[in-house]
Amino acid sequence: MFEFLLRMGDNTLVLGHRVSEWCGHSPVLEEDIALANISLDLIGQTRMWLGLAGEVEGQGRDADALAFRRDVWEFRNLLICERPNRDYGHTLMRQFLFDLWHHERLADLCLSDDAQVAGIAAKSVKEVDYHLERSKDLVIRLGDGTAQSHARMQDALEALWPYVGEMFLDDALDEAMEKAGVAPLPSAQRRRFEAGLSSTLARATLQRPEDDFAQKGGRNGEHTEDLGHLLAQMQFLQRAYPDARW
Amino acid sequence: MASTAQIWAWLNEVPDPEIPVLSLVDLGIIRGVEASDAGVVIKVTPTYSGCPATSIINLDIETKLRAEGVKNLRLEPVIFPPWSTDWIKPEAHEKLRKYGIAPPKAGAPNCPRCGSAHTERLSQFGSTPCKSHYRCKECLEPFDAFKCL
Repeated sequence: MFEFLLRMGDNTLVLGHRVSEWCGHSPVLEEDIALANISLDLIGQTRMWLGLAGEVEGQGRDADALAFRRDVWEFRNLLICERPNRDYGHTLMRQFLFDLWHHERLADLCLSDDAQVAGIAAKSVKEVDYHLERSKDLVIRLGDGTAQSHARMQDALEALWPYVGEMFLDDALDEAMEKAGVAPLPSAQRRRFEAGLSSTLARATLQRPEDDFAQKGGRNGEHTEDLGHLLAQMQFLQRAYPDARW
Repeated sequence: MASTAQIWAWLNEVPDPEIPVLSLVDLGIIRGVEASDAGVVIKVTPTYSGCPATSIINLDIETKLRAEGVKNLRLEPVIFPPWSTDWIKPEAHEKLRKYGIAPPKAGAPNCPRCGSAHTERLSQFGSTPCKSHYRCKECLEPFDAFKCL
């Protein structure tokens, strides 16, 4: 159960931090505010997932301890969450692919037999509904926009595609969670994801890549170099000044 | 010992830090008050899970109740069922409108200044997590509108 909760909370923590890196750098003010809001939602959801993870573990670690005092190999997020921001199109495409998966995942978890998991999912899904509405809209507008914006969105989709397959891989932990009635298998979501994806890509005039080769390992602690750099920045204060408080 | 009714009345005097025309009770985020000889328990639910005002709200509740003489106080976060804009008290809608914020409503909000339904959304996100940004096409004034959640 602890590992399952880390997987949920580390996704929102790492992506929430990535999105926050745009704060003060976005192309227009409204986008800056939108990204800061989305980032806040994701960090708020992290607090619930990792807070529960700490309780379940029973070693006295709270959400902050889990966020700031674990090293790279202890993180359980999907690799797509740690991919660098690059250009704005890339950031939006990453958000869209994650939101589409996240929304389905949370909708399933609302029906979990575990009341606490279902409670966190019910709170989060209302926020993610809104995230998906926005990222879908922007992917369509930029994909079906100018030649320049279209090309960048297609490049972003191709660069991120190898990180999509990992969302739907099942392992022993997923099977145990399914048996316990906590969460359905990730693979069960793929069909719904593909349906949502193809309708949006069609409107965005973008092509789904054909090669389904998938990078994997994030959910077991095998990460890309980028996560280390992200943690170096995110965890600096608590590493340099342990137990520092406002 | 203070009665639960008395505690509700005190909490109704605590303004929301971001939208001070509304009290915490108006906003529907106080989910329960229990008072016994052992002390007082206040159940509070966040509007948005990452709302930065959450810790200020907790501090404001504690400051108010301690000032009223409540000694054994415990705040209990509750996330389920999740907060909904339906929990904002009906009388609070008018307070929001007078303050210049369109109250939550399905579909396009009416302009809080001239009342026109002829409005357009400028941005899905506004100055706080719970609002989006609109413009009135009649009087041309920009305004914030509460998102329906």
